[in-house]
Amino acid sequence: MAARLALSRSCALPASARKSSLVSCRRWSGNTADTVYDVVVSGGGMVGAAMACALGHDIHFHDKKILLLEAGPKKVLDKLPETYSNRVSSISPGSATLLSSFGAWDHICNMRYRAFRRMQVWDGCSEALIMFDKVNLDDMGYIVENDVVMHALTKQLEAVSDRVKVLYRSKAVGYSWPGPFSMADSSPWVHITLGDGSTLQTTLLIGADGHNSGVRQAAGIQNVSWNYDQSAVVATLHLSEATENNVAWQRFLPSGPIALLPLSDTLSSLVWSTSHDHAAQLVSMDEEEFVDAVNSAFWSDAHHTDFISSAGTMLQYAVALLKPTKVSARQLPPSVAKVDAKSRVLFPLGLGHAAEYVRPRVALIGDAAHRVHPLAGQGVNMGFGDISSLLHHLSTAAFNGKDLGKDSE
Amino acid sequence: MWGSRRLSSSGGHFLGVVGSGCRVGRAERPRLASWAVYSDSQLIWTLQNKPWIFSEHRTVCFKSCRMTFSSLNRIKSYWPPLTRPYNAAHTTVDSSEVKTFLALAHKWWDEEGVYAPLHSMNDLRVPFIRDNLLKTMANHHPGKPLSGMKILDVGCGGGLLTEPLGRLGASVFGIDPVDENIKTAQHHKAFDPVLDKRIEYKVCSLEEIAEETEDTFDAVIASEVVEHVADLETFIQCCCRVLKHGGSLFITTINKTQLSYVLGIVFSEQIAGIVPKGTHTWEKFISPEKLESILESNGLLVQTVAGMIYNPFSGHWHWSENTSLNYAAHAVKSMAADHLGPADFVSKEETEAPQAEASTISQVHEELKE
Repeated sequence: MAARLALSRSCALPASARKSSLVSCRRWSGNTADTVYDVVVSGGGMVGAAMACALGHDIHFHDKKILLLEAGPKKVLDKLPETYSNRVSSISPGSATLLSSFGAWDHICNMRYRAFRRMQVWDGCSEALIMFDKVNLDDMGYIVENDVVMHALTKQLEAVSDRVKVLYRSKAVGYSWPGPFSMADSSPWVHITLGDGSTLQTTLLIGADGHNSGVRQAAGIQNVSWNYDQSAVVATLHLSEATENNVAWQRFLPSGPIALLPLSDTLSSLVWSTSHDHAAQLVSMDEEEFVDAVNSAFWSDAHHTDFISSAGTMLQYAVALLKPTKVSARQLPPSVAKVDAKSRVLFPLGLGHAAEYVRPRVALIGDAAHRVHPLAGQGVNMGFGDISSLLHHLSTAAFNGKDLGKDSE
Repeated sequence: MWGSRRLSSSGGHFLGVVGSGCRVGRAERPRLASWAVYSDSQLIWTLQNKPWIFSEHRTVCFKSCRMTFSSLNRIKSYWPPLTRPYNAAHTTVDSSEVKTFLALAHKWWDEEGVYAPLHSMNDLRVPFIRDNLLKTMANHHPGKPLSGMKILDVGCGGGLLTEPLGRLGASVFGIDPVDENIKTAQHHKAFDPVLDKRIEYKVCSLEEIAEETEDTFDAVIASEVVEHVADLETFIQCCCRVLKHGGSLFITTINKTQLSYVLGIVFSEQIAGIVPKGTHTWEKFISPEKLESILESNGLLVQTVAGMIYNPFSGHWHWSENTSLNYAAHAVKSMAADHLGPADFVSKEETEAPQAEASTISQVHEELKE
């Protein structure tokens, strides 16, 4: 048993061991005293916690045992801090519907969020522009700080603590899947070994452990990925004057897109994707220089060339002849006066896509399945989309009395 | 087994099978011997003739032949227990069927194996059972919709249907005459602590349960079983006996039609290999009308009959208006059920002459039991 434990611990390690992990972790006869959970969600970020929450609140899961494993400590938010966090997400209306289905959206509304009604996306080198808005100027999306979302989810998890158990500071170090049918004597469940050596079993393992997913590696699911030559710089900015601030702005510069997302009447969040060097520069320069850089990125037409301008204008005339379109006038985003101290941070960007999201007894959701560039604000929304479709399938399966891990359609 | 013999037979035998494949589902006896007896009385089976009209005098001759039979039997298959008096404990279990299933006892839980169609049939039969039982309950526990229900799964095999019902909260008692099947079922449920507590298995036949208990179960399920039993009338009576008043009986089985012969036996068993050869015998299939009449004569009121179709390409089942292949039936035990006794069997004889012999035999069973 100890030898097998050691073997499976090595399974989570480098990719070269991946092939061996499939072979070595098969014959685990299991400790029958282990608790058998119906679902284990590995990874307690926004997507993992939301998955556990959604399952816990689902009516057909009232009798099931769910476990959420989170490597970090429990984040308790007694009081909402005055300063806004620099990590924010744009929550789409679909995601908001999911969050409200298990009561987390109410908590978010009671804390803080900002709805935006319009989005202007334009080019740094020409007059190309798209304006997005909904009929009657309904809310297109909501900018919410990640900490606020996490706090809302934690509260809702506590509300169903009889069904959902959350283990903080628990990192799974090894996973092993049951062998093929011919080995009928071995346990048919997934075995998970935690960092403290304890083991548990589950019928279905959901991997929500981010783009370096241990679950995905242990399951041997191929992942196509590469790193962009870009880092994103985030910061919280103070606007020069209070405005209605319900527009999201994004400009595509030659070095990468820069986005300004509304947080309140006077505050906005910045996400600027640019080359690694430039990002490092931006983070280390003084605040005044930084503010100037941001303003000129949005306002300056330095990259415009006559050639492109005239070509663009001619194209527009030609298109207008064939099909008259509404001409949107380019608006200028609000100017920035100040940046919050210590709110400038950078992180590298990359792409990742798993070849399979679902296999017998395992499912990947969120960044573990697909990691994208933040420019469209879709990363976490796709994760919430994964939750909603997986939940639908699992709920139907539970109501049909099925073995959850086998529902791999 | 049956299938291989059929394949090796000539065209004449083929017609013989088709012709004799009629309402003789009563007793367990080698069919081939019946060909030997009846091949002279030529059955040119045409599509217009209703098969069961032939069979009535078949049944009569058959029964008398069976008694003096031994010399005609060329087949080394199971022998009916002629030498001892009819013992209720064996009348519904057909030992040749037991043998067929014994060979496949370890394959139940291989979802891509021979039992794959039964696994996917759960998509239809579990909701069918669950929803019809929920109609009888005033309110139910979310997450455990069937909690508080006692269900008997007759012919549970490896527990394919028993486990989902257990997961839905019911207390399920699964029985099967094949020892190895129960072993497989027990082994499989042992891995899940929740199911381990909710499900119990036993190797026995339905009559043994019926002898010991009465009015105990909220529901009895005989899924893909009645086409394998030796004596359907006794089987239904036992089901009725163990059910509580207002309890439900769920049956899924195969209709006895030309289509079910072509698709269910020839195509599924011999050509495509969807079902292992020899699993089914067409003579034992039963039409919904016949099943309904047996159920109603035993005090079980039929609520629903719905057709099911299997798509061998997708591996999935679908509900259908058409019951000519597979179908599911739901019947409820009425208050009047308990008042049925030997007197009723006598009156049935008067109304259905062709059934005369058969009824007398079952009356004999009743008397022997009592």
